[in-house]
Amino acid sequence: MRIKLVPRQTHSRLMTWLTPVMALGLSLVAGTVVFYLLGYPPLQSLYAFFISPISDLYGVCELLVKASPLAMIAVGLSMGFRANVWNIGAEGQLTVGALAGSALVIYFPESNNILMLPAMLILGILGGMAWASIPAFLKTRFNTNEILTSLLLVYVAILLLSTLVHGPWRDPAGYNFPESVIFQDVATLPVIVSGTRLHLGTIFALLAIITGWILISRTLAGFQVRVSGLAPQAARYTGVRSNLMIWCVLLGAGGLAGLAGIIEVSGLIGQVQPIISPGYGFSAIIVAFLGRLHPVGILFASLVLALSYLGGEFVQIKLGLPLGIAGVFQGMLLFFLLSCDILIHYRIEIRKTSLSSSAGST
Amino acid sequence: MSSPLLELRGVTKAFPGVLANDSVDISIPEGQIHALLGENGAGKSTLVKIIYGYYAADEGDMYWMGNSVSVTSPAHARQIGIGMVFQHFSLFDALSVRDNIELAISSKAGGDGLSQKIHEVSNTYGLGLDPERDVFSLSVGERQRVEIVRCLLQSPKLLIMDEPTSVLTPQEADNLFKVLNQLAEEGCAILYISHKLEEIKELCHHATILRQGKVVAECDPTKESTRSLAEMMIGRSLDPPAYELKKTGATKFLVQNLSRIAEDERSISLKNINFDVREGEIFGIAGVAGNGQTELMEMLAGEVLADDNAAISINGVECGQRSIRERRELGAAIVPEERLGHGAVGSMSLIENVFLGGHQRFNLARRLWMNYSNARTFAQKTCDDFDVRHAGIHVDAGSLSGGNLQKFLIGREILQEPLVMLASQPTWGVDAGSQLAIHKALLDLAANGTAVLVISQDLDELLELCNRIAVMFAGSLSEPHPVSSLTAEKIGLLMGGAHPEAA
Repeated sequence: MRIKLVPRQTHSRLMTWLTPVMALGLSLVAGTVVFYLLGYPPLQSLYAFFISPISDLYGVCELLVKASPLAMIAVGLSMGFRANVWNIGAEGQLTVGALAGSALVIYFPESNNILMLPAMLILGILGGMAWASIPAFLKTRFNTNEILTSLLLVYVAILLLSTLVHGPWRDPAGYNFPESVIFQDVATLPVIVSGTRLHLGTIFALLAIITGWILISRTLAGFQVRVSGLAPQAARYTGVRSNLMIWCVLLGAGGLAGLAGIIEVSGLIGQVQPIISPGYGFSAIIVAFLGRLHPVGILFASLVLALSYLGGEFVQIKLGLPLGIAGVFQGMLLFFLLSCDILIHYRIEIRKTSLSSSAGST
Repeated sequence: MSSPLLELRGVTKAFPGVLANDSVDISIPEGQIHALLGENGAGKSTLVKIIYGYYAADEGDMYWMGNSVSVTSPAHARQIGIGMVFQHFSLFDALSVRDNIELAISSKAGGDGLSQKIHEVSNTYGLGLDPERDVFSLSVGERQRVEIVRCLLQSPKLLIMDEPTSVLTPQEADNLFKVLNQLAEEGCAILYISHKLEEIKELCHHATILRQGKVVAECDPTKESTRSLAEMMIGRSLDPPAYELKKTGATKFLVQNLSRIAEDERSISLKNINFDVREGEIFGIAGVAGNGQTELMEMLAGEVLADDNAAISINGVECGQRSIRERRELGAAIVPEERLGHGAVGSMSLIENVFLGGHQRFNLARRLWMNYSNARTFAQKTCDDFDVRHAGIHVDAGSLSGGNLQKFLIGREILQEPLVMLASQPTWGVDAGSQLAIHKALLDLAANGTAVLVISQDLDELLELCNRIAVMFAGSLSEPHPVSSLTAEKIGLLMGGAHPEAA
């Protein structure tokens, strides 16, 4: 008996959506083994990782709080990835967006103007766009690889945050901690489910998903994004100006990452701290691919990744497992996804070795 | 009677969804030039790849010099004396002829004497190859000779040639035929794959004709007419359209002093190109591929803009610096050379592919929104009007055969009722039936008053379709000649860079 991978004539649409589910299932099986080998009761650990965190309303809201920035950033990134523009620097765009929006609070700490919050959000978007415009300019003007430029700018952004928070933005009444003043009420995103931390940002994330969906499936611009990625020459043929396309997808992703950044600060943290995001900008890349670069897929993928963050915290508290277990699960998920993806273009064929076939014998 | 050099019995090979070879029998004696004829998709390539060891046959037997053999790899094929020259060359541009040959052949044959051996083989067959020259400086014909020498150095008993003349000028093709005839006289058998019926009549001793994977006929091509060969290939009688060329009218497409400087070593500079295409006329641009046709087409279509707005005019409006979209609005329709990846996106449905070239004039997008119901209508109409055989307009464009996809692209552009039609290699690699349909569509289009430009490497096609023909060579375009004053030989000279005015 031989097992063969046989190329499919056309790619399987069913498998496109089935492989993420298969990857999730395989990660669970492998997770069980990992827990067992570490000497923890596997089923109990899995329960603590995947079920307990979302067994009450507060837990579900925490899940949404973590999924929101992931989904928002991933929707922006997915547009670029579809158009073959590889923005790896969402973490930096998030950071600069957070700084740009927060600047308003730092310089007007006493303001009670009701327009404070909208202005902060807009500044957040602009900040993210500004940071993304650097790779966009370098790519369109000098054909610089945006993977490198956007990634390196992440570290510049984090150093910028660090400089500000340790220096000019430090709260004078803050006992010398590297933290800014605590945001006043008009600068804080309202909570939408009382007793939890679920804030208005989740609504923005949902809007981003719906807008992204409409954009990619119903508009000419979305069509052009898809063509650009699938066949650059065909994109030129249909009249896409590739430089304009690069600017649009980078600014779009940067704006959404910036918005996610200011929402984190304004809705959750309430002040500028040396660490704003636990790597949402990078995890969003996994979310985008796990969600098949499709806004609806991204919705589900963001929940899965958010759960891995939450579950990691839970098993650390409940069972004393290292926090790194969250990273292990994220890694396994991506690993299994990439390996299962071969089934999109190939199918498995099991056949008995036939005697009439003379192949392989000389 | 001694056994033939190569004999296949009942060779069958299936791919998902298609039976590529269905119980094929072939027998080739020593010294025979054996033609393998058939439309695209008839199974010629699969068959030679089985012989050359790329694929294993599902069923059937192969006999080599009377003994049963199963070729397990191309290396094995070369070892027993089968050589193959591919349609697309596999040479490293930056290396010399010698290095390229040394890389590909077994280490035993290499060594210090290699240059000497290349000289010997090259001289024996009049190939004129200098082993020390770098491949990038060679013409296409010379590159092919490198491939041939590479095969000959291993003293093959059977040489497989896959559409060898598709990239050659008529003169280069004649030289190739001399070499092949000499080889055959020395006892080497040649399996020759081609679409070009004329050259098969001229060169080959015997022909096997494949249709849908089956051997449908065997014949002596010298005793057949090209028409009877073509009819055996496509399995029905051919009725070429007979057209009276209409009087042509006002200039609809004008190119004046169009130049372009090459961006890199691989592209060609365009030098001061001038021509005009008139209402109701089909204007042909001939030339061997790689003489600037691709660069020219990019500029004519508006994918690359000219420096001078006056260099290109559509219907009297200067548009050298206007985008492809603006040119479409002026009345241009464009069929690019590459079907997949340029004229169509393989992984998108036919419906979405209608947007690609037609969203402006088909009114498929209202402001920013895609109008899918209109697109569906047009996709269906294109398929119906142009006999595109498909499994539904929802299937990926990439699943269509070359001929059907090309009919779809031509149809999509023609349905837009253009003033000017720009088509590059409209029947490249297309089966004979589709070719006929595309020619008819272009002739009809011109008869209705559209100015049609056809860029093609296929001389027969241009001579059949065009009113006037100009030839591209090394980035320059010759004077246009009325087709009545031209012969294939004269165009051939122009394709090689000669100026008949001076000659």
